[in-house]
Amino acid sequence: MTAPVVELRGLSRRFGAVEAARAVTLDLRPGEIHALIGPNGAGKSTLIGLTAGSLRPDAGSVLLGGEDVTRLDAVGRARKGLGRTFQVSSLAMELTVLENALLGAVGRSGQVMRLFRSALCDRDLALLARAALERVGLVEEADRRTADLSHGQRRLLEVAVALTLEPRAFLMDEPMAGLGAEGSRRLTGFLDRLREEAPILLVEHDMDAVFAIADRISVLCYGEIIATGTAEDIRRDPRVRIAYLGDDAA
Amino acid sequence: MIRERHLNALVLGALLALPLWGFWAEAPFMITLATRAAILALAAVGLNLALGLGGLVSLGHAAFFGVGGYAAGILALHAQSFTPMMTWPITIQGTTSMPLIWLVAVVASALAALGIGALSLRTSGVYFIMITLAFGQMLYYFAVALPAYGGEDGVSIYVRNAFPGLNTLRPLPFFAICYVLLGLALLLSWRISVSPFGLALSAARQSEARVRTVGIEPYRLRLVAFVISGAITGLAGALFADLNRFVSPAMLSWHLSGEFIVLVVLGGVGRLLGPVVGAGLFVFLEHWLGGVSDHWMIFLGAALLLVVLFARGGLIGGLTAGSRS
Repeated sequence: MTAPVVELRGLSRRFGAVEAARAVTLDLRPGEIHALIGPNGAGKSTLIGLTAGSLRPDAGSVLLGGEDVTRLDAVGRARKGLGRTFQVSSLAMELTVLENALLGAVGRSGQVMRLFRSALCDRDLALLARAALERVGLVEEADRRTADLSHGQRRLLEVAVALTLEPRAFLMDEPMAGLGAEGSRRLTGFLDRLREEAPILLVEHDMDAVFAIADRISVLCYGEIIATGTAEDIRRDPRVRIAYLGDDAA
Repeated sequence: MIRERHLNALVLGALLALPLWGFWAEAPFMITLATRAAILALAAVGLNLALGLGGLVSLGHAAFFGVGGYAAGILALHAQSFTPMMTWPITIQGTTSMPLIWLVAVVASALAALGIGALSLRTSGVYFIMITLAFGQMLYYFAVALPAYGGEDGVSIYVRNAFPGLNTLRPLPFFAICYVLLGLALLLSWRISVSPFGLALSAARQSEARVRTVGIEPYRLRLVAFVISGAITGLAGALFADLNRFVSPAMLSWHLSGEFIVLVVLGGVGRLLGPVVGAGLFVFLEHWLGGVSDHWMIFLGAALLLVVLFARGGLIGGLTAGSRS
């Protein structure tokens, strides 16, 4: 078996009385889409936050390419190659679509302290940013203000910014929310191909999409992983049915 | 509606035309007014970098203005009284050379901004405002308690400092110096705003999480912006000292910090020439209404209220109806 790109080992995090993550262990292997599903409040976004470094775990560790990155914050982990998209759009709304993508390219290039050259006129940065927009189908919108985009387009821009980072692994928090049936189908196809470049840890509510493209699915319930397996394994697992549908379903 | 680019050219043209007209009409006070506007604009250009681009509401920028002013005042005082500034461990003499004074003013205010920024930028929002205010007041009281340099009475510069090849004692050459420095600061400010650094700084103002997610540390960005901002405001302070031939703790007071914010807000936060428009209007109201009533600030307050309520993006935003091209 190939070595995992991302490994979470016994991650725990408590918010007051709520245990949002309870000794979560999972891995993300090269070329796979590993989906994380679970009822609302199960701790999916917390787990993405713990993995990306925006939240600190109470216990456990995060490994990226075999290297322990638990002590690094979100900035450090992004530099090490974690590309994250947010559930609630975190884009710079006053900037244009292209400028948001350029920001990713600037972060990737490490040239943020360049004070006197135009970002828009830099060929390498612009190429990287435009290529990412092209891939998610937003290149036509490049000069629009981000605040003027539809909700679905913002989700795509989130993905485009993550692409400019050329990460070793993607962490995507509900990238399909608000896309509509056609948009969701297109993004599903796109993620299906993207996994060859870097594996994806995917939190998603669109079950059709998850069951269509995920190589493995982990089910999170009250901060705990209750099952991990292929789509077929998960469909058949009685614990999952109870978690989602109640005791009667078992 | 006028395009912002055209409005900018118009504003810079008007600021140049006013003193030339004053020179031709033998009305030197017009040149002095334009010089005052250019210097206040320069100070506000510095603040605009932190406030407009970085979203850092600093209520302590007069500290840098004052540090620049005292750099000019102290160096000139020692040069004119032929006493060294210090004799141990090395002897440092004063100077009346403007370029050298500017260098000292820029370095001193940049260092002050580095120290104040390094601590203040660990906070945000209202705490940042309060900490910058507190640092500003600390420096103010430090200047008040400095008997060697006049304490509350400040320092007089008997003869305006010199610039090679120009007679700075005449108003027009001194205005030209201030105008060119303002132009250079605007150029610097514009280059920064379109650079990768400016893009990231602006994004950090809008969404800190976004910037961190692409591997950029917002604290470093803000600190660099704050230092450049403080240095520009410090340079303006050195020129202000030479304009008035006088430096006092009032240059460090929080009232002045507030006025710098007013200048930026009046003209347009984050707009390249916002500080110039704001300073122009401020000096205009101060002169013409100041002659009518001591309470001219009431009119300034009314103008500010109208701008904030009705013109998004300040006067520049209002006149260009938001178009930035």
